[in-house]
Order: sequence, then structure tokens, then C-alpha cells
Amino acid sequence: MFSFIIRRLAVAVPTILALITVSFVLMHAAPGGPFTNERNVPEAVMENIEAKYNLDKPLWQQYFIYVGNVAQGDLGPSFRYKDFTVNELIESSFPRSAYIGAWSFLFVVVFGVGLGIIAALKQNRWPDYTVMTAAMTGVVFPNFVMAPLLVLLFAVTLRWLPAGGWEGGQVEYIVLPIIAMATSYIAQVARITRSSMIETMRSPFIRTARAKGIPRHKIVLRHALKPSLIPVVSYLGPAFVGIITGSVIIDQVFSTGGIGQHFVNGAINRDYSLILGVTILVGVLTIIFNAAVDILYTWLDPRVRY
Amino acid sequence: MAMLEVNNLKVAFDTPDGTLQAVRGLSYRLEAGQTLGIVGESGAGKSQGVFALMGLLPDNARVSGEVMFEGEELLNLPEKQMNRIRAARIGMIFQDPMTSLNPFMKVSDQLTEVLVQHKGISRKQALQESLQMLDAVRIPEARNRIHRYPHEFSGGMRQRVMIAMSLLCRPQLLIADEPTTALDVTVQAQVMALLRELQQEFSTAIILITHDLGVVAGSCDQTLVMYGGQMMEYAATRDLFRDPSHPYTKGLMGAIPRIDEQIEELVTIPGNPPNLMNLPPGCPFCDRCPVAEPRCYHELDPPEHFEPDRIRVCNLPREAIR
Repeated sequence: MFSFIIRRLAVAVPTILALITVSFVLMHAAPGGPFTNERNVPEAVMENIEAKYNLDKPLWQQYFIYVGNVAQGDLGPSFRYKDFTVNELIESSFPRSAYIGAWSFLFVVVFGVGLGIIAALKQNRWPDYTVMTAAMTGVVFPNFVMAPLLVLLFAVTLRWLPAGGWEGGQVEYIVLPIIAMATSYIAQVARITRSSMIETMRSPFIRTARAKGIPRHKIVLRHALKPSLIPVVSYLGPAFVGIITGSVIIDQVFSTGGIGQHFVNGAINRDYSLILGVTILVGVLTIIFNAAVDILYTWLDPRVRY
Repeated sequence: MAMLEVNNLKVAFDTPDGTLQAVRGLSYRLEAGQTLGIVGESGAGKSQGVFALMGLLPDNARVSGEVMFEGEELLNLPEKQMNRIRAARIGMIFQDPMTSLNPFMKVSDQLTEVLVQHKGISRKQALQESLQMLDAVRIPEARNRIHRYPHEFSGGMRQRVMIAMSLLCRPQLLIADEPTTALDVTVQAQVMALLRELQQEFSTAIILITHDLGVVAGSCDQTLVMYGGQMMEYAATRDLFRDPSHPYTKGLMGAIPRIDEQIEELVTIPGNPPNLMNLPPGCPFCDRCPVAEPRCYHELDPPEHFEPDRIRVCNLPREAIR
């Protein structure tokens, strides 16, 4: 196990470097730059600005300066939010997204897996049809439809909850973002769990457990749950990263000030360091949670060894 | 009264393409401590016939007939009561121990849960009894091995674990569904010897499903020959081998190669088993029967009982088979 983690770390470094390189090249290949929108700026001022951000240097030099800084944990100054570094932007927004995301994830696991199991055990009866219809609706309802509908219903019409804001992450402010975030993932997880559970319940070893006179609920929990979770875990590992890094839709609709907005704004503003910063963050998280999934497999399936 | 009495057992499956008749009228009796062999080709309905006794058939199965086990009707027994019989009074061994043992659970947990469930003893005590049973099926170093997973055992060893598991509660009846089919030939003999020995020790009755006539000859008191879901012949094993009264039984015996004869080609029964979705109205064996008459294609006489406890299902008189 220890050597597995070391090997994973060894692979992680070149992966991140490749990620930075590709993003860096693509970003600079796109037309325009961070300051092309600034009109009527005297040439001398423009030169000063570009010099400040090293944009006057050749691209390869910029690249090495950037990589050198990243190696020291410095993601550079934001090109757009002029008083902030990218580190500061991430530090202020990522915890909010991660907070909403962590709660969402909890609901995704509990309700997604729970509903999936219920549907599987009542296959082709009304609980199954109900769950699967709801799940299908959840899957086809994207969060950019879901989020405004939630605001309309709970904030505007019923006036039960605030329409947006953060306020230190108080419950009433994060309920709607969590629902908007979790719904489609719950639906997806329920569908995966259902089909995987149905398949497991048909295995010969479940027949053996029945022949041993073990009651059904114990068969499900003791014999069938672990094998059924393997595809769920495969899905949830990468999905987890998506959930805790938030979404631009949710940040926009609920003004939560999460990190999701930076993905889109960074790209639109050609805020080079911000784009790279959030890309690296997602990359690192993806690598970490893929490794976590692989470690989880060894617990779920004793035949897997690294 | 016999320990187990099965009368006219039928199993059918409702499928999207129609009804599949897996078992059509099985009748047999089994006395305590005796062994019944059920033989037949793949798809003859051997396994479905015994799964029905244990209530292990899938939801789309329809079962009819009568199964009396120690005076109690087993068919359509509520799940809760069935669970008190499973493993406690009727044990079961399956074909492939690799897939029928849970690969995600330690062997110790799979063994002890049987005892905890049926005897209500503590896990610790259950572990002790499980170890004794592993010793009884001759798993070397059981104490070290019991906490491992099934994939860390060899094929023969896994089937021994399976046998140990099925005998933990000392059931009166053990159903063994092709227990040696997935094993090496040398291991097969060991496992069969072990089963016979344990049967003596625990005086368990056994229903042995197999398509190996050698196994039947070596270990079964009675033998039931099945074909196309139908019982063809039922007799004491010795009588069956000495004097087969059915063309299918004769065909099976003729297909056993002899070691002392030089032959060019193995003897077979020409043709294939019938499609269970679309069975002929008459005898299921008619297409492959060397002595079939025209009426065999349309009708089949009811089972003919002759001698004590011998049944055959064939339109032709016994004399015509010899």
C-alpha cells in the first residue's frame, strides 16, 4: 500500500506538469490577451503593465517563470482582480464551494445509494418505477434549469429561503445550492446503484447465502452491498472533484461566491494566472481522489492488491 | 414414511418469449442416510428440480406438485419458515465454489454466519465450531486459513469449505448440485470420497446431481434419470445398471467408454436435447430414440411403476428395450 502511494505521487508530478503545459499553450494560442479590452491606454502605460506581468518576455520565458513560481506554491497575481493574487482568490472562494460540495456529496451518497438499493430490491414494482422516474427526471434536468426554478419556488413564491448570498454559510443560504448541486448526481448514483445491485443479487454467491437461510435484509447488507458499490465508487471519485469545485451556474444564481465563477470569468477575461490556477487545483484534486478511489477498491474487493 | 417425498414436481418459467418447462413431473423418495443420484444432460432440469425444494428459484418460476420433508410441505412455504429449514435441516453445495462462495467476504464470516443465524450462538463459539468442521473436511492449517478470502484457496479446497459450510448445522439432507464438475479429476475423487465419509459420520441423506454415471455408480443408492425436464427412469442404482429399462438410460450407458477396448470413435447418442420452450407433445426423447414408434411423437404413457420402487416413463414395453 505504501509503495502504491509513493508510485502514485511519482506519476502525479509529470501529470500536473503536462496539464500546466497544455493549458499554458492553449491559453496563449487563443486570440486576445488580458488587457486587450483596456481602451485608449497610452502605449507607454501598456508597456509598463505588460512588463509588470512579464508579458513582454518571450513565451518560453514566461512559461519557466510561471512553472518556477508554481513549484514554490505561488500561483501568481490575478490579471483581472488587480489587488488579489490567485492564491488569495482560491483561498476565499474554494472553501465555500467545498463546504457546499461536501454537504452535497453526503446527500448524493446517502440518497443516491439508498434509493438505488430500494429500487433494485423492489425491481419492477412501484417503488422501483417511482425512483427510476424521479432519477430520469433528475438526470435530464440540468442544474441551470434546476437552480432558477428553486429560487423561483422557495425564494420568490414561498419566501421560505433567501434567494442568494453566503452569510458565513448559514443553513438557509446553502440549502438551495446544495439541492441544485446534488439532484442530478443523486439521480445518476441511484441509477448506477440500482443496476449494480440487481446484477449482484443474481450472482451465485447470493443464491448460496439464501440457501444458508440468511434473511434478505442481512443478505443485502452483508453480502450484496460491497460488490454493488464498486461501480458507484468508480463514478463518485471523479464526480467528487466536480462537486467540491462547485459550478459556475450555482455561483451565479445563488451568488455564493464559490470557485465555480472563476472557471468561466477567468477564461472570458483571459486572466491567464487564474485559469491556470483553477486548472491546477482541479488537476491536483482529480489525481488525489482517483488515488483515493483505487485505495477504496482494495477495501471493497479483497482480490484487488497493488 | 420416507424422509423426503417428492410427487409430480413441476417447474416452469415465464419468460418474455413464452413458458419454459424446466421440470415436468418428478417423483422420488429418499430415506434418511440414503443417497439419490439425479443424472441427465445439461438442461435436463436437474438443478431446477432441487432448487425448487429449497425455494431458490427466481421470481418468474412457477412450481407445482408436492414436496414432503419430514412430514412438512416445503413448496410455497413462507420465506421466514423456509429460512429455518435452509442450512439447518437441508444443506446445499453448488457447482462452482469460486462463484458460489462470496469473493468479498472472509471464509470465517461466511461460515460463522450460518451458526449464528441458526443456532443463535456467539461469533466466538461459532468460530470454534467452524474450525472443527474445516478440520473434518481436512483443510490443513484451518486455524490460519479461516480468516482468508475464497480466492486464496485452491479449487478443491474451496469446495471443501463449501461442504463444511453446508454441514455446519448437521442437516438431515444435503443437496449437492454437481459438486465436482468444476474440479480437476483427481480432486473430484477426493471430494467424492470426503462426501461419502462425512455422510457416514453425520448420517446425512444426499441428493447428488451429476452427469457422471461413474459417480452415480460409486455412491448412489437410487438413481433418477432425467431428460428434457422429464423423469425417464427411477430405480435402485444396482438395478438400473444391471437392467436399464429405458432407451435413454441404455444410450447413456452405451456412451461410457471402456478402458479395455480399443475403439476408433466414442459412442454417442446422436442429436441434441429438445428445446424446453417448444417441447414435442410426446416423449421428449423421441427424436433421438433408436426404438421410437410413430406414436411416441404424439403421446407419452403415464409413469409405469413396476418392481418395488421402480418407475419408468416410456411407451414401449420393457421387453422391447432389452
